[in-house]
Amino acid sequence: MSVAPAEIVQPETVVTTERAWITIVWNDPVNLMSYVTYVFMEYFHYDRAMAEKLMMDVHEKGRAVVSSGTREEMERDVTAMHGYGLWATMQRDD
Amino acid sequence: MVRILPTASGERGARIELAEVEAALLASLAQQLVDLVGVPDEPAADPLAALVGIDPHAAPSEDPAVLRLLPDAFVDDDEASAEFRRFTERDLRERKSRDARAVAADVTTSAEGGVVLDLTGERLANWLGMFNDARLVLGSRLGITDDSHDELADLAPDDSRAPLVELYGWLTYVQDGIVQQLLEPPA
Repeated sequence: MSVAPAEIVQPETVVTTERAWITIVWNDPVNLMSYVTYVFMEYFHYDRAMAEKLMMDVHEKGRAVVSSGTREEMERDVTAMHGYGLWATMQRDD
Repeated sequence: MVRILPTASGERGARIELAEVEAALLASLAQQLVDLVGVPDEPAADPLAALVGIDPHAAPSEDPAVLRLLPDAFVDDDEASAEFRRFTERDLRERKSRDARAVAADVTTSAEGGVVLDLTGERLANWLGMFNDARLVLGSRLGITDDSHDELADLAPDDSRAPLVELYGWLTYVQDGIVQQLLEPPA
C-alpha cells in the first residue's frame, strides 16, 4: 500500500446524498410480464408481491423506479438490467 | 413438440424437451445472435483497455435491434450514455454472445432425436438470456408494438413475416413456460 502524497486535496464538499440516483425500467412491447417479475425477484431480491407491483407499474404507467442509490450502484443495476434484456436508464432523483 | 416440465431433480429450474427440428432451429438462431452482438474478432487497438473491458469506440448501433440489446443508459444525456457505453458495452456483448453460444452448444451436442435438458444454475441463466435477446431482436425486426400484436397474429399464410411471427410465438411460449416453472415451483 502506498502512502498518499501530502499535496492531495480532498474534495471540498460532497453534495450528493446517498440515494441521489435512481434506476428506471421502461415498458416495451416484447418483454413478458412473467419474465420482468422474475428478473425483479432474481436480481433485486424483491418478494413476489413487490416484483409484480413494479412490473404492473412498468406495464401500465410505462415506467417504474426499481432502485435508488449512489451513481455507482445505479450503474451496476442498469448494466444488470441490460444484461437481462430489460430497457433501463438511470438519472438523478430530482 | 417442445415440452417444459419441472426438473427431474426438483432443483430450481425447468426441464425442456425439444424435437430435433426445434433444436436445429434454436442452434441456428443462437448463432445468428452471436454474429449480431458478439464482440468483433479483431485485435483490439488498445489491448490493455480491452483487457479491463473498455471499448473506446463503442457507439450506439444504427441497427434498431442491436440498439435494443445495447441501449443507452441515460435518456437525455448523450455524453453520459457514450461514457457508460465505453465502460460497459464490451462486457454486455460478451455476456450476450456467451449466453447464445452456450445454448447453441447445448442443442448441438445431443441433437440426434431431439434434446432433453435440465435448465438450472448458469445454464438456466444462459437460456433465459438467449431467449429474451432472440425475442427482442425478432420483435424489433417485426416492428412489434403494443398495438401490432393482433395484426401480426392474423397474418395471411403467404405473408413474408409469417415464419418470423411463428418463431417469435414459439420463443415466447418456451420462455414463458420456463419462467412459470421458476415463479411457481412445484409444491
